[in-house]
Amino acid sequence: MSTAALAIEPVSPTPLLELRGISKEFPGVKALDDVSFAVFPGEVHMLLGENGAGKSSLMKVLCGAYRADAGEFYYKGEKVAISSTADAQKLGIAVIFQEFSLVPHLDIAQNIFLGREPKGRIPCTIDRRRILADARRVLGTIGFDIDPSTIVDKLGVAQQQMVEIAKAISQNARILVMDEPTAALSDRETELLFALIARLKADGVSIVYISHRMAEVFALGDRITVLRDGRRIDGVRPEDVTPDQLVRMMVGRNVDMTYPRNFADKPGELLLEVRGLTASTGISDINIEVRRGEIVGLCGLVGSGRSEVARAIFGADPVTSGEIVFDGKSISGEPDLAARRGIALIPESRKSEGLALLRSVSDNLVVSALRKLFPSGLFDQRSAQRTSDGLIRQLRIATPSARQTVGLLSGGNQQKVVIGKWLAAGSKLFIFDEPTRGIDVGAKSEIFALIDRLVAEGAAALMISSEQVEICHVCDRAYVMREGRIAGHLTRNELTEENIVRLGMHHA
Amino acid sequence: MTDITKEAIVPSRSLLSQDAVQVFYRLLAALLICAVLAVLSDSFLSLGNILNVLRQASLTFFIASGLTLVVLTAGLDLSVGANVALSACIAGTVIHKTGSPALGILTGIACGGIVGLLNGVMVTALRIPSFIATYGMLWVLNGLTYWYMAGETLHGFPAGFRQIGSGYLFGLPIPVYLLLVFLGIGTLFAQRTIWGQEIYAIGANPVAARLSGIPVARRLLLVYAVSGTMAGLASIIFLSRLNSAEADIGESLTLPAIAAVLIGGTSLFGGVGTVFGTFIGALILTLVLNGMNLLSVSANWQPLVTGIIVILAVWLDMKTRRRAQ
Repeated sequence: MSTAALAIEPVSPTPLLELRGISKEFPGVKALDDVSFAVFPGEVHMLLGENGAGKSSLMKVLCGAYRADAGEFYYKGEKVAISSTADAQKLGIAVIFQEFSLVPHLDIAQNIFLGREPKGRIPCTIDRRRILADARRVLGTIGFDIDPSTIVDKLGVAQQQMVEIAKAISQNARILVMDEPTAALSDRETELLFALIARLKADGVSIVYISHRMAEVFALGDRITVLRDGRRIDGVRPEDVTPDQLVRMMVGRNVDMTYPRNFADKPGELLLEVRGLTASTGISDINIEVRRGEIVGLCGLVGSGRSEVARAIFGADPVTSGEIVFDGKSISGEPDLAARRGIALIPESRKSEGLALLRSVSDNLVVSALRKLFPSGLFDQRSAQRTSDGLIRQLRIATPSARQTVGLLSGGNQQKVVIGKWLAAGSKLFIFDEPTRGIDVGAKSEIFALIDRLVAEGAAALMISSEQVEICHVCDRAYVMREGRIAGHLTRNELTEENIVRLGMHHA
Repeated sequence: MTDITKEAIVPSRSLLSQDAVQVFYRLLAALLICAVLAVLSDSFLSLGNILNVLRQASLTFFIASGLTLVVLTAGLDLSVGANVALSACIAGTVIHKTGSPALGILTGIACGGIVGLLNGVMVTALRIPSFIATYGMLWVLNGLTYWYMAGETLHGFPAGFRQIGSGYLFGLPIPVYLLLVFLGIGTLFAQRTIWGQEIYAIGANPVAARLSGIPVARRLLLVYAVSGTMAGLASIIFLSRLNSAEADIGESLTLPAIAAVLIGGTSLFGGVGTVFGTFIGALILTLVLNGMNLLSVSANWQPLVTGIIVILAVWLDMKTRRRAQ
């Protein structure tokens, strides 16, 4: 991979901030691998990449939240160290996260100067008049006309974002990192934000801008850096590339994938039909069909509403309109009803949503099948143990015994326990939400082989994954989501990483 | 947390489950206290004293057994004592008015159950944290009881009714039989029914329990109703034993019941504990207080000692559990 910091010539000769050869490793994952990255004064630098490409890690290294394992930082050509958020702040780096860090019950002025309030004449008091005046001045520089004594709680998302920016500017930020700043904004608010960005640029402030919207990338960006698998793939100018070329740079990750899959030649009967499903969690007008014998992918960017669709089908979130038809019957209600009808959810976070970590493997394996295994209502530990032993053998769960505390197993084996509890329950439709997250390659193959076996035996699977490669290798077909809606459907032949990314990105 | 890539086979825990180990240590502690008291006091090992200890422990246990189920779901029921008072006063009035102990017993238990059900509704339908819901209920019940009794004391009940709390059968106090019955029912319910298993699952991880298809709200409703019903039952035994009812009889009951649950090894964070442990907890608590009486230690020291035992028991539990994980 390229180690040269710059593939393209800068606007001004010295970068404001330059990162050289940054690496950051977490056990099992190389989040950043020899990434070089430079920001010049007064430019908007777009950072592009798929889920898990390393954008967030780079951002966190930049603001001092993560400490890089290797690499160097240069500020205006001089070598510096960023090993804490205080270091980053001193260099004038500020991050506007998607989740704001404002205190809701304080007013705008208090939020802007939190922790650095001007002191009053009486000890331990705040000079109220000065803080308001200072706040007004800062708000004036970014052209935000609002009374600084307004409580932040009463502000909309766009206004809160403005306050965040004002706070950063008041700390003399010269480099502003923005993580998908338009994700929650209306068109009008987006225009205002763009105007502000132009204004900041004119003042010489540099902006590192993370976005999934192609239109923004081309409208705002002075330069574009593409990350993939924790590596810097390329640095380009927007006028030199097409959206398709960018998509191609983003996809194509290399994952060792060797699991056999017998694709369904002729899928079985319709098992799940979702019509016009809308929920208050942000998904609307979802239409999905899953047949027996099929593995259907549900992809899209993180936050596009994939998990919300899964939860709505399972009854975990209330549905506001639309219909879910399962096995010929219209269904509604809580997860216990969905589970009893034969729907299984393998949730995204197995530790917090899938398992009772301090209970035993056996306890976890039978928990969804209690009614089925013990129709009389009387529980028998030995019989539960026998069922568990069978599942442990069948799924090859590596555990010394069924009595082992499930929290002590490895990630892959924990995931097998979550799947196993639905096998015990005899489920017909398995909804997998990121089934291979945090699991090593060997266990991944095993889990895919298991899913394959399940559908071959007449079950159906709906699989959410951020790994496009996995979707392409495993699924019979896939739906792609964007902003809470189904953006498109890809048949087996159309199922390529590029098509998934193209449908999942924002073109508008 | 990250995953271990290669399978790390962690040594299995011992043949006995952790619950069994916990109960075993508690039994050992109880026996140790007995041994010490037997040496220090001549009257400790007398039949009369031992039966007295068991009867005392049974009163705490009735309230604490229902409470154990609530605590297993990571909840708390602070209204049990106030519930006992209201239920006792209502049962007493019914017996006085109708002359029928059976009717009184039924209304008392029903009153306790309804209060518990209301707690459950607050926790599930209104989503009020159990600690706050039942704390509010404590005041509401106290208010109701004081208004209802208006400073009166109900006194004098039929001899047959009084047998429940103070009678003997084959040389053993009747409350001790009741204790054994409810210890059996409680243990059976918690360990040998699917509802019991679901309650443990809810306490260990309510989110995972819901996503595993457990009807969490219905089980919580059940648990609070059981806790209330057990308080109602305890009210009958109190009423029968004291042969009187006043508005303030519940005030000294809640905290010892919670102490018995905690000493018995049930975790306030839910998912860990047993009804049998709570019985031993009640026994240890009673033994210590009984011993202090026998050794003529001033009653003023009792709360202090109770507090120390609770802290010690919970600390030891956390230490052993941390080592196991």
